[in-house]
Amino acid sequence: MKVLVPVKRVIDYNVKVRVKADGSGVDLANVKMSMNPFDEIAVEEAIRLKEAGKAEEIVAVSIGVKQAQETLRTALAMGADRAILVVAADDVHKDIEPLAVAKILAKIVEEEAPGLVLCGKQAIDNDMNATGQMTAALLGWSQATFASEVDIEGETAKVTREVDGGLQTISVKMPAVVTVDLRLNEPRYASLPNIMKAKKKPLEEKTPEDYGVDVSPRLEVLKTEEPPARAAGEMVGSVDELIAKLKAAGAV
Amino acid sequence: MAVLLLAEVNDGELSLDATAKAVNAVAQLGDVHVLCAGGHAAAAGDEAAKIAGVAKVLVAEDASLGHRLAESTAALIVSLADTYEHIVAPATTDAKNVLPRVAALLDVMVISDVSGVIDGATFERPIYAGNAVQTVKSSDAKKVVSIRTSTFDAAGDQAAAPVETIGAAENPGLSEWVEDKLAESDRPELTSAGVVVSGGRGVGSEEDFKIIEALADKLGAAVGASRAAVDSGFAPNDWQVGQTGKVVAPDLYIAVGISGAIQHLAGMKDSKVIVAINKDEEAPIFQVADYGLVADLFTAVPELTEKL
Repeated sequence: MKVLVPVKRVIDYNVKVRVKADGSGVDLANVKMSMNPFDEIAVEEAIRLKEAGKAEEIVAVSIGVKQAQETLRTALAMGADRAILVVAADDVHKDIEPLAVAKILAKIVEEEAPGLVLCGKQAIDNDMNATGQMTAALLGWSQATFASEVDIEGETAKVTREVDGGLQTISVKMPAVVTVDLRLNEPRYASLPNIMKAKKKPLEEKTPEDYGVDVSPRLEVLKTEEPPARAAGEMVGSVDELIAKLKAAGAV
Repeated sequence: MAVLLLAEVNDGELSLDATAKAVNAVAQLGDVHVLCAGGHAAAAGDEAAKIAGVAKVLVAEDASLGHRLAESTAALIVSLADTYEHIVAPATTDAKNVLPRVAALLDVMVISDVSGVIDGATFERPIYAGNAVQTVKSSDAKKVVSIRTSTFDAAGDQAAAPVETIGAAENPGLSEWVEDKLAESDRPELTSAGVVVSGGRGVGSEEDFKIIEALADKLGAAVGASRAAVDSGFAPNDWQVGQTGKVVAPDLYIAVGISGAIQHLAGMKDSKVIVAINKDEEAPIFQVADYGLVADLFTAVPELTEKL
């Protein structure tokens, strides 16, 4: 079985996000970028499937700016076999919407015929939580979102999902799209020799036109603002003082 | 055109608070038709009919809809979509599973986790874990929207609106339910509780989480946890408050032994009153707290529980 793993280049999760003063967006110029943390978990899971003999080949895909090839090299260094970069934007501030990404992924799936698409449940930039579900819809495939355990058993996959009330286990027909949650695994670090080897692994460059997909946004961003700040609070010296303050505020 | 609102129905039971908040959020957009889908959904439908602002309830009962499997629920919604301009739902894990699938089948973008409804095409939503708020305007003919319930009040009551029974769509037969492992608890539900007491990594163990639970029980509160506490195995995943967990906005939020990582703050900073108890006076949680207490939680929390 071939596994397709879409990965997104996003602001590093340790970087403090700055909203541009003119309201046009979040400042991404000269900011450290990394692989979306959920996608790292998806790459790791794909590698574990390969190590367990359940997958033969792992293809990493990224759709965005040209610099996303760094993200793909990271996936290759972790253990993906080859990569496809779809250059769909020339400015890092231009986010390709999940619907357009899903359409490109669906076309790549038609060409590559993987048995499984493993992706992060959401990107930590736009927080849309949509690409996996949309890809499954366009392919007419089953979907298992927010996975904390994935067990492939031939024609089906048994997936435990993190849902509001706790955990739900479902069985989905393969081929399937599985989106992964935080507790599925602990992603490995790429070793230096593997980083060197990754530079020689194949990375194919494409454009949305190659797949006949229009990536024009459906959502126009009118403005991006800082969230309203909370008024400064106060420190209290003891539990008694805390209780007195809470009672005075009518909170207890 | 009317609004189709997918109610949150679990195991036949309506999640009234989440559904009523979503109804309130979209009431200005047109007549709200609430869809209650499930293996059993009639009782949920009768309850939803009494939410103020609901013009009609559609009840779809079928075994294939029993566990809110995405494929069959999305097929049902798409079969109804013709007469609606808006398809909305409270942003629960169920809706986040189903709505993007619906949107893609309709060839429109989904608008996730909406925190403000400006007009029928324009919405506000948090991005970057709540570090920025984006206003987006949709050019799609249909808008598929999930509503972040913590920022809206629940709609009140009304005399029951009419309830109509409809059939399920053809089951695509792509997935099957195996089992649920849901937490049994007498405590209020986390996202609708008036008071939430949360513990973080500082609590140190699953055993010591009992002091968090004792304070919560004294206050009639729900129990929450930071991602660090959940990842460390101190608390179950459904307690997680934050960007990737639940978003809460109770009247009182007590954060115990939580440092205040950005992704946690994203899930609770809209709470009305925030109390932070932490032994590290530099902890970022104090920057959002109304009342901060620098103390050892193992003495301060039991003292608070006793004196309240």
